[in-house]
This record gives sequence, structure tokens and C-alpha cells, in this order.
Amino acid sequence: MLDITLTVDGVTRPLAVDPRTTLLDALRERLDVTAPKKGCDHGQCGACTVLVDGRRVLSCLTLAVQQDGAQVTTAAGLGEGDGLHPLAEAFLDHDALQCGYCTPGQLCSAVGMLDEAGRGHASHATADVAAVPTLTDEEIRERMSGNLCRCGAYANIVSAIREVAS
Amino acid sequence: MTDQLTRRAAVGEDRRRADGRLKVLGQARYAFEQLPAGAAYLVPLLAPVARGRITAIDAAAALAVDGVLGVLTHENAPALPEHARPPLRILQSPDITHRGQFVGGVLADTPEAAARAAGLVRVEVDAAAHDTALAWDHPDAYVPDTVNPDYPAVTEDGDVDGALASAAHAVDVTYRTPMHHNHPMEPHTTVVTWSDAGVELHESTQHPHGVRATVAELFGLDPETVRVVAPYVGGGFGGKGQLHAHAVLACMAAQTVPGRPVKLALTRRQLVPNAGHRTPTIQRVRLGAEADGRLVAIEHDVAEHTSRITEFAEQTAVATRMMYAAGARRTRHRLVALDVPAPSWMRAPGETPGMYALESALDELACAAGIDPIELRVRNEPETDPSSGKPFSSRGLVACLREGAERFGWAGRDPEPGVRRDGRWLVGSGVAAATYPVYRQSATARVRAFGGGRFGVTIAAADIGTGAWTVLAQIAADALGVAVEDIELRIGDSALPPASVAGGSSGTTTWGTAIVTAAQKLLAEHDGDPPAGAEVTADAPPNPHADDVAMHAFGAHFAEVRVDSDTGEARVARMLGVFAAGRIVNPRTARSQFMGGMTMGLGMALHEATILDHRHGAIVTPDLAEYHVASHADVPALEVHWIDEEDPYVNPMGSKGIGEIGIVGAAAAIGNAVHHATGRRVRELPITPDKLLGLG
Repeated sequence: MLDITLTVDGVTRPLAVDPRTTLLDALRERLDVTAPKKGCDHGQCGACTVLVDGRRVLSCLTLAVQQDGAQVTTAAGLGEGDGLHPLAEAFLDHDALQCGYCTPGQLCSAVGMLDEAGRGHASHATADVAAVPTLTDEEIRERMSGNLCRCGAYANIVSAIREVAS
Repeated sequence: MTDQLTRRAAVGEDRRRADGRLKVLGQARYAFEQLPAGAAYLVPLLAPVARGRITAIDAAAALAVDGVLGVLTHENAPALPEHARPPLRILQSPDITHRGQFVGGVLADTPEAAARAAGLVRVEVDAAAHDTALAWDHPDAYVPDTVNPDYPAVTEDGDVDGALASAAHAVDVTYRTPMHHNHPMEPHTTVVTWSDAGVELHESTQHPHGVRATVAELFGLDPETVRVVAPYVGGGFGGKGQLHAHAVLACMAAQTVPGRPVKLALTRRQLVPNAGHRTPTIQRVRLGAEADGRLVAIEHDVAEHTSRITEFAEQTAVATRMMYAAGARRTRHRLVALDVPAPSWMRAPGETPGMYALESALDELACAAGIDPIELRVRNEPETDPSSGKPFSSRGLVACLREGAERFGWAGRDPEPGVRRDGRWLVGSGVAAATYPVYRQSATARVRAFGGGRFGVTIAAADIGTGAWTVLAQIAADALGVAVEDIELRIGDSALPPASVAGGSSGTTTWGTAIVTAAQKLLAEHDGDPPAGAEVTADAPPNPHADDVAMHAFGAHFAEVRVDSDTGEARVARMLGVFAAGRIVNPRTARSQFMGGMTMGLGMALHEATILDHRHGAIVTPDLAEYHVASHADVPALEVHWIDEEDPYVNPMGSKGIGEIGIVGAAAAIGNAVHHATGRRVRELPITPDKLLGLG
């Protein structure tokens, strides 16, 4: 077992982990942090997406020991205080969720994605990779495609993100 | 007798999802999200062949791993009753009946130790010859007694062959749909604690009371000692409607460590062969019509698979029996029992593959007869239900087609296929009809007055993303004449009054009727003003109109498709659905239900297929990388509308089920649009680029 420290949603959480433990399992099975979900455990569905030092990361594809000292933000920690993050409010207004299992990952991914776009990162849907990207619906869909939703809330997720992005 | 719900202050109101805040925060706890002290972790072992016999299991290396608590196999598993459903009778013999079947499990203190040890167990087998390939002319094909849930397998009215022979226009076409998997985002999971006091399961299920009954029966327990908790369920789509074998394995393991919670979450590769799927289908549809398009004959003949150890017969041709007027009609289902996992329910079993074929064939007839596909459907609108002769309680198909045509911009559409080009993209549009029956099951609700105009409503319903947490409170509020905020709803726990499965689009009908019945009784018993502590428990009565009218929801899908003439890639540019589903209880959550069905229908049309390698009897698409469900990039802005429909027959709310109809017919609309775009009729789903190469 190895001693590490994770800061999760602003709270410092020291723990000892098996070196094989993923960040996802450390959060869910050791720290009782339920926001990141396990949908596939293979980086195929996006349900486990969290922000590590502000960047979106698939927590099932990174080992906990690699993240020693990291700042981890889950969907539970996106808002200020007791308030919801504007994206979470938009998800409720647009009903951008049904079963809710992919939802925390969609939200973390959306926050990370908006930051990436704001810093000028191009995507497969970007026509001119030298220009600052405009977040068209096509751009939002492309940049969010790592997050599956089997209930089929995509159209509402995109409209929720569009509202906040503009 | 339950009266119609006349107060409509809350029913029909656009409201946020009641469980939404917990879900966006990730704080709604799903089955696996229990972290009791001392939990042990279970990893299943899977059969390495499709048919055969285990000759030896060597667990020594696994047992030597630090933290391993035991290895469960057929050699040490508890006996299950002979009469139990065969897919649940795991670890009862060395026999293997499908590849990936559970043949054991490793229990350990940590997930890492369990996974490591599971990889060290050696399972030796004698493989036997297997057969996993469905074929139209398979020598073992047979006609089952009934199809799901209890429809006749064969129906025949009139002289189909004679009518076809003399028809002015005839279509004789065969469609194929592949095996499909439900793949809810939350995999099947169980956390079970077995003790002398009883058994508690946190189970990802659409039916807490169903799980309770099955576990009690399998293990010879008093149902009152079994509790199943499922307040939040991460999707199901039918795949969590029945208990599957993973929960049996978890219960077996939990018996070996009494008092200690055992946690099992299936990986996709473990889930795919063990939690149900939709059968592949081969469907021959023959239509005969007069010169004006009026149908004189409809035949729908289906071949599909089931498992060699259990029969599940998808009701693929059943919707064809009631869709259109035709003097002569014949439907038949044949099954082939193969060495495959047991098929089961997946969103609109029967209607989904069946209406894909029927509505594609209708489009082919429209092309052959030179009639607009909407007009063709309107001309074949029956006056009464062709299958029963009963009047429809309401039938909004034509209204949906007309409204959809207006909104989509159908007027003036050039029917000529393959002539609209936008650069290298070929563009086309298609339409298809949808239908789904109104089912009512049995359920019991309890309503208790808290005083001050507040009420508690309890029923063991399950919200799998449908919105039950939201709409049941709306229904209760109107039934009790109070605000939604004055209703304290509890669902998702078998300790509550029994409720039917969240399936067959019957949840709101069944549970809502039970709630209205209990509420009306409570008010009647106390002159409309029940004191604090007053309580009534009541059952949803059977529908008194069930023998008199045919009750179905209807809809119409419109799709615009673009096909890359160089690569063969088909993309849906826009999609619009209009539905006639009685009264809409909550527009916001209802829109999501319809939209979700349409999205899954898009995936069915263009992406989804579970592929079996028949040489090995193996599913070679066992995860979300190989089995492509529609992603953000695949789905355009979807438009969903509904018509106002008053139907006093279906239930006190006047609502019809909406969880499944959105997928029904959606794939046909897209396939028809692909034909309109390209001139190529692809009759085997999914419509992948390889089927659209060489368009030039």
C-alpha cells in the first residue's frame, strides 16, 4: 500500500492505496465519493470524467498513485458553496438527464471542454485550427463525444451547454 | 371504481425533474454506491466455450492470493430449485450452455485482489459442437405456443395468397436486424448482505418486488425477509426488468460470508452474455395493394432466436396485426433455439424490430405504387382494430402524420430517389409510423395524511430515468387536491407496497392508477379532509374498458438523412417526431422520453449491432468500444411534438405510456430517408458505410 493525498472538491483526503487502484476506485470505493460513475471502466463511456488540476480526465484510466497531490474536482464540487454550477442549473432547465448516471461525467466534461475551447484548442470539427474556435453545436457535439448517454439526452445536453457557453 | 382525475393543476405542468438536483451533483446513490464496513468484492468467471462441459477447475493459485475469501464453482455452490428459470440456475452442473455464462466467482477483500485472483483460476473444458447462427431455413425452426408476453404466435385472416396474387401492386421483401444490447450506462450491479435476520439487496433493477420474489423463491426464503432497495437506477431499457444471473451469483457468494456485504458490478464483457439482449430477426414482409394503394393483403413472417435452455419469443409481428386495414392478414413467428445467451426484453420488444420491417415495406410499396408514403398510410387507416374488431379508445396516427408533415416541411417533396446532391452528400427524407400498446399491470399504493394538507405517498415503483419521481408526485397532488410540494413520495424499495415492473411503458398507468385510487378512497372515507394519521392502501383496479376498446399510442417519425457518396457514411441531419399518447403528465420529462427513444432508434438504424463469431460462438462486440451506441456527434437537434389527445379509457390520468414508442419506427424513417437520398434500399441493419459504397 502506498500513502497518497488527494484533494477532492476542496477537501484534503489522505489515504493508502493498492498501486493497482484506479483514481475512480479510490474515489468511489475508498473515499465514498459517488459523483464519478463507473460505466465501463475502460475509458469508453466518459461516466467517470473528473477534473484533475482543471483538466478533464477519465478517472478509470489513471491510477490513484499517479495523482498523488492532485486537485480533483467532481460534479459535486463544481458549484460555489451550496449553489449549483450554471451548467448544472441549465441541465435541470433543459432536462439534459434522465437516469442521471452519465450526468456528473457530462457536466465535468462540459466544464473542461468550455475551458479548452476558451484557450483556443481545436477539435476535429474546427475548420480553421489557427483561429479561436466558435462553439457551434457541431463543435459542442464533437468535443462532448467521449461522454455517452444511453437515455439519449444528447440534444438537451447540447442545448444546455450552448446556453451557458453563450 | 376509480374516477377520472378531473383536477389538472399539477398534471400537465412543465416541471424540473424531482431527483435532478441530486443527480447533477452525483449524490443520488445507485445500487453499487454503498460503502459499508467490511464489504467484499466479487468477480465472476465466464465460460470459455459456447457449449461443453467443465472437466476441471484449478483455483489453488487464486486462493493463494492475499485477501481472497473464496472461489465459488459448481463444485461448492448451493443447490437451486429444479423449477427455477434455467438462465438463473447457474453453477448447478459442469454443463456450459453459452459462451460467457457464469461458471464461478472469486470473492476477496478488495476489488484489485478479486480481479487478480479471477485471472488465475484455470477452467478446463471439453468443448462440444455448438450452433449460434440464425437462418431463415434453419432445420430446427419451430413455432412457439405464444410470443411475449402472451400473444398467439400465428394469426391468419382471409386469403392472403389469393389477395397477393391479384394485387395491383405487390411487395415481397426480407429485412434483417442484428442482435442488440440494452447497455444502460449503469451496468448491472448488486450489493447483497446475507444474514440470519434476512437478505438485503441494493440492486440495479426496474422491479424491486420482482427481484424480491425471485430471490426468495431461488433460495427458499420467506419474501418478507428479503428487501430490495433501488431508489435510483442508471437506465434499464428492459435489461433490468427481470433478475439476471449476476444477482444469483452475488447471493451465493454472500451466503459464504454471512453478515458481510458482497459487492458485484458487471463489466461490459461480463454483462453482454448475461443480462439479456434483443434477438436478431429475419423478417419477410409481403404487401398487396389495389391501384390506389389500399392494402388487400399483409403478411409478416418472422424468424428469430432463443436460447437452447429457455424460450423467449420476441413479439416482432404483433404490431402488424393492428396497424393497417387489409382484408387478408397473416403473421407468424418461428424460433430457433441456439447456444446463445437468453434473449430478453429490450425497449419495445416486438414493436421495435417489427415496425422497422413493416414501415420500411410500406415505403417500398409507396415507391412501387407511386403514392406519397403519408397518403398511403392515411388510405389504409382502419376504422376499428383489425386484430380484435374493437374500436380504438383513440387513434392519433393520421393526426401525427399530418402535423409532422406540416412541421417537417413534407409538402412538395420530390419522391424521386437519389437526385438531391449537396456537394458530395446525397440528401433524402423519410417517414414512418409508430405505435405501442397501453398496458396496465397490478400495483398497490399507500396514501397517508400528515396533517396540514400534506400527504405521504408510497409505492415500490422504480425510476429508471423515466421521471417517476416527478410525475407520480404530480398525479398524487391532483388526486389529493394539493400542491406537488405537499406530497412526500417514496419509491424504489420492496419494503413499500408492491408495484409492477417499470416496463411495457406501463409504469405511470399502473402506479398512477394505484395512487389515484388510494387517494380517492382516503378522501372519500374522510369527507375530503383526512386527519393526520389517516391512511389508505389500495390496488390499481383492472381497466374496466379492457374488453371493449383497443388502446394504443401512435406516432410519426420524420428524418432527413445525408449520405456521403464517397465514403457511404449516412448521417441524420434532422429528425422530428409527433406522438399521440394521451395526456402528457409532464412535458419536460415526456419530451426526454420521446427524444431518448428516437435517439436509440437512430443508433439502431446506423450503428448498433452485436456480432457473433459463429466459429467460436463468441460475441466479438462485448463493450462500448465495439458496440457503438449513438454519441453526441451522431445526434442532431431533435424535434419532439405531441398532439392533444383526450382518452377517457386508458386510466384516470388519460395518459398513455411513452417510454418505448419513441424508438418504434424511428429506424424505418431513417432507412426510408437513406433510400430517398441514394436510391439504395438497405434491408439489413445497421446501415453502415459498407452497405452504401459505390454510390458515385
